[in-house]
Amino acid sequence: MSLDKSIIEVKDVSFVYKSSNADRPDVTALSDMNLSIREGEFLAVLGRNGSGKSTLAKLMNALFLPTSGTIIVNGLDTTNEELLWDIRSSTGMVFQNPDNQIVGNVVEEDVAFGPENLGIPPEEIRIRVDTALETIGMTEFKEYAPHRLSGGQKQRVAIAGILAMKPKCIVLDEATAMLDPIGRKEVMRILRKLNTEEGITIVHITHHMDEAGKADRVLVIDEGKRVIVGTPREVFSDVKRIKKLGLDVPQVTELMYELNKCGYNFPTDILTVEEAIACLKQSLPSGKEL
Amino acid sequence: MSIIVENLSYIYMPDTPFEKVALKDINLKIEKGEFAGIIGHTGSGKSTLIQHFNGLLKPSSGRVLINGIDTTGKELRELRRDVGVVFQYPEHQLFEETVYKDIAFGLIKQNLTQEQVDAEIRKVIQTVGLKESILDKSPFELSGGQKRRVAIAGVLAMKPSILILDEPTAGLDPRGRDEIFGFITKIHETMGITVILVSHSMEDVARLVDRVIVMNDGQIELDGPVKEVFSDIQRLEGIGLSAPQISYMMQELKKILPDINDRVYTVSAARDDILRHLGAGGSRND
Ligand SMILES: Nc1ncnc2c1ncn2[C@@H]1O[C@H](COP(=O)(O)OP(=O)(O)OP(=O)(O)O)[C@@H](O)[C@H]1O
Ligand SMILES: Nc1ncnc2c1ncn2[C@@H]1O[C@H](COP(=O)(O)OP(=O)(O)OP(=O)(O)O)[C@@H](O)[C@H]1O
Ligand SMILES: [Mg+2]
Ligand SMILES: [Mg+2]
Repeated sequence: MSLDKSIIEVKDVSFVYKSSNADRPDVTALSDMNLSIREGEFLAVLGRNGSGKSTLAKLMNALFLPTSGTIIVNGLDTTNEELLWDIRSSTGMVFQNPDNQIVGNVVEEDVAFGPENLGIPPEEIRIRVDTALETIGMTEFKEYAPHRLSGGQKQRVAIAGILAMKPKCIVLDEATAMLDPIGRKEVMRILRKLNTEEGITIVHITHHMDEAGKADRVLVIDEGKRVIVGTPREVFSDVKRIKKLGLDVPQVTELMYELNKCGYNFPTDILTVEEAIACLKQSLPSGKEL
Repeated sequence: MSIIVENLSYIYMPDTPFEKVALKDINLKIEKGEFAGIIGHTGSGKSTLIQHFNGLLKPSSGRVLINGIDTTGKELRELRRDVGVVFQYPEHQLFEETVYKDIAFGLIKQNLTQEQVDAEIRKVIQTVGLKESILDKSPFELSGGQKRRVAIAGVLAMKPSILILDEPTAGLDPRGRDEIFGFITKIHETMGITVILVSHSMEDVARLVDRVIVMNDGQIELDGPVKEVFSDIQRLEGIGLSAPQISYMMQELKKILPDINDRVYTVSAARDDILRHLGAGGSRND
């Protein structure tokens, strides 16, 4: 895994949704965005509703083309139509609403759809589909009609479909939003494993601050602009700024922030339970400690 | 004015190879004015259960009474006026050409003047944190969270006496979540409406509701006050759930501070309890 090679380059990108109706103005969803995503990194993307996260994701997948600027995915310019399949096979995308993703009449057909389009031989597809469903815990539903699944089950199928494509980079647009707490942890674990063991780049759009806390880097977008990029520690330690951006911090970070308001002086970049305990331990009256 | 569920079972596609028992013999009573949370693993039956509360699904066996009305009866219109449901995927309830028409859809059927409808729409769009300029847009030209907010607005505008929210915060940004819940808590308190919140966010549930109903594999596993339900973290984890992060921290803290209260589920309660033990700031260098 080489962290210095970039897999996605976003250069001076703006994107405008042209209005479908002459009375209404166009919407500039992204403006002058610059970002370099390194191969093998785990990037979380945060931002309030309507800030441009999904638009950015769709640009990375060549579903949309920039109104101005360029996007280079795995060395390929997304405006080059002849490269579309190469681009889509190198970055797989899990959409915000699984209904927009699921196409097959049966779960396993649906999961096979991506690899089929990539021209993978049938025996290999079989293996990939089974493995992906097993990994995501949906094997028992493989003969189900997708529209008969619960909200979280659909989301798992959508994730399995991307896993079966084995892209170099996976872009997930709020793909854990409908999962139960253990399911969310499990998906985060699977993504991290793919990331460390196979060097797969992960771009994870989320409203869950605890998930962003586990990423290598966090990008915050606001009103179509890149406003913060940094490690989770850097980003979340400025609690005031994060809240001003309509976002939040993990609960333990918030606790330390609250205690500091009451006169303490705890570090502001606490992200995990273990770190919080270590800090609190130090401030215990000495007699009580261990 | 209450929800009564008696021996409710629900089977999807009965007598086919795909038969799925989604609810098994559920018994439940939710009183007028309660704020109840429903949690449970993916596929545990939460959405199936709440779709019985507005008559969208009919029991395979047993019955459901809403304010005394049996949901299998003919009074569905009356029922749906009382019960507002925000569905899990907002796309499932947005279908008009513009956001304005979408919110107006339900209102028009009430005996309101055009001005009243208009005023209500402008009020409710603000409540969900959107600008009036969004009203002329097509719901399909919105971001995921904006769609969610419009779906919530459409239901709030109807002023239901029972408000059911199926994963309302999935897709909402944290501030939007806080503002919308702030409003819902307010109407719950001032107007005494019943609120049922289905959620995978243990933090939201711990903060907002009085009573938690825990579903597991089509059955009710636990039903009680927040404090009781979240006190057994292991049991919750065993069925796909968890407790808020802060509760895990308090449990760890208890190992070194035996008299700390580990039955704490919100940041503010944790802060207060820790201050009680450490004293106000400044004493940290003792
Ligand atoms: N198809 C569309 N047509 C017109 N405008 C759109 C369209 N999709 C999104 N927009 C607008 O573009 C802006 C950015 O939307 P985008 O979906 O990228 O936001 P987001 O950050 O993903 O938000 P969310 O957290 O709500 O999913 C918003 O103002 C939105 O209303
Ligand atoms: N239309 C349907 N036909 C057949 N089975 C269904 C249908 N809808 C749901 N099911 C099944 O019924 C069970 C309960 O589904 P339900 O949607 O009520 O779960 P849920 O608790 O809301 O889950 P989630 O948290 O994922 O939304 C699941 O196993 C699901 O696969
Ligand atoms: Mg989005
Ligand atoms: Mg559901």
